[in-house]
Amino acid sequence: MLEVSNLACSRGDHRLFSDLSFALYPGQIMQIQGANGSGKTSLLRTLCGFIIPDDGKISWCGEDVRELDEAYFAEMMYLGHLNAIKDELSALENLRISAGLSGTELNEKDAVAALRRMGLRGRERLPTKVLSQGQRRRVALARLLVSDARLWILDEPLTALDVGAVALIQELIAEHLARLGMVIFTTHQPLEVAGMEMRSLSLS
Amino acid sequence: MKKLSLFSLLMLVVRRDLVLAMRRRADVLTTLIFFVMVVSLFPLGVGPEMGMLRKMAPGVLWVAALLASMLSLGRLFSADYLDGTLEQMLLAPQSLSVLVLGKMASHWMVSGLPLVLMTPVLGLQFDMSIQAIGVLILGLLLGTPILSMVGAIGAALTLGLRGGGVLLSLLVLPLCIPVLIFGTGAVEAVTSGLSVSSHLSLMGALLVLALVFTPWVTAQALRISME
Repeated sequence: MLEVSNLACSRGDHRLFSDLSFALYPGQIMQIQGANGSGKTSLLRTLCGFIIPDDGKISWCGEDVRELDEAYFAEMMYLGHLNAIKDELSALENLRISAGLSGTELNEKDAVAALRRMGLRGRERLPTKVLSQGQRRRVALARLLVSDARLWILDEPLTALDVGAVALIQELIAEHLARLGMVIFTTHQPLEVAGMEMRSLSLS
Repeated sequence: MKKLSLFSLLMLVVRRDLVLAMRRRADVLTTLIFFVMVVSLFPLGVGPEMGMLRKMAPGVLWVAALLASMLSLGRLFSADYLDGTLEQMLLAPQSLSVLVLGKMASHWMVSGLPLVLMTPVLGLQFDMSIQAIGVLILGLLLGTPILSMVGAIGAALTLGLRGGGVLLSLLVLPLCIPVLIFGTGAVEAVTSGLSVSSHLSLMGALLVLALVFTPWVTAQALRISME
């Protein structure tokens, strides 16, 4: 489980949030809410360890993530604003490489299956530069299917996606929660997961 | 799912960067063409006096190699930084240092190795002896990886800065002076009939030192730049 206590974070001189505490247990989902600039992305990036908090502690299963370091990275997956896909590579190559970077070897069959489930049938071998914005986002989101991380940190996962893809993401999140995974995310679009209580955290 | 060993992670990064370089060939060619152009301008500029050309050849080739490698260093991390791949690399559960080492290795294969391979032809322009060319190539083989590795630290520190390219050269070039001195020194030693082993061993020692320390230092620099 993920536990955050008395977290404070600022960008430049501007204090984004302070005294932020919450805990996320297996099978729970939490939405971070707040206006533009309220620090949603900064909070998620702090949880990833990109930003060092001014104060407070983030712990994973009782241990400080700064000490766990790579052991924590093995348990989590972050999907940011940027898709982290290369224009020159095909969707298939992109997916296999990003799985490799997160430490798992993905064979071609599984990768193709994941891309097809994301609705990219017939486009697996095209360079991603010819794909549309939404399709690129789908390539990035295909990582959710091939990752065995327990904690998903999703920053605006629904941008550029159509209605069908949004439904698919909701389905993936529901499956992940049923496996006792944890999800923490931000979005400005409505996202509902059937049968799950959605916790929310407001930043102001 | 099968876990990736550190070695296969290294190979994955090297292969990825080589594939990307092959699909963006213009970037690779600019470095090589720059090197060839700079070196070829000297005989035209200073005139065809053989003795002088022979004497300045190692220095010219080494300085051109240094500048050419500066040219490509800016791209080492910037593309990955802009499209978000670097974020994912920092979250790699295995070793970031190994990832960085992979990127350094492929950077050398793309921008250092072609220069070394081009050297015999360019050496002939300066009327260098076969022996001198041999030593020059050996020196470059040992030295250009050091340039890639030390340069990577600078590239990581200047990531995302405006005018980072100039700053990068200012940071890295002074650190490359020892490589330049030993590299040219080895060629001068062989042409005056002395042993080259001391120069080349020192260069080898620098290479080992760089191999041990620079990946870790670069990894730390990347973490600072991402904040």
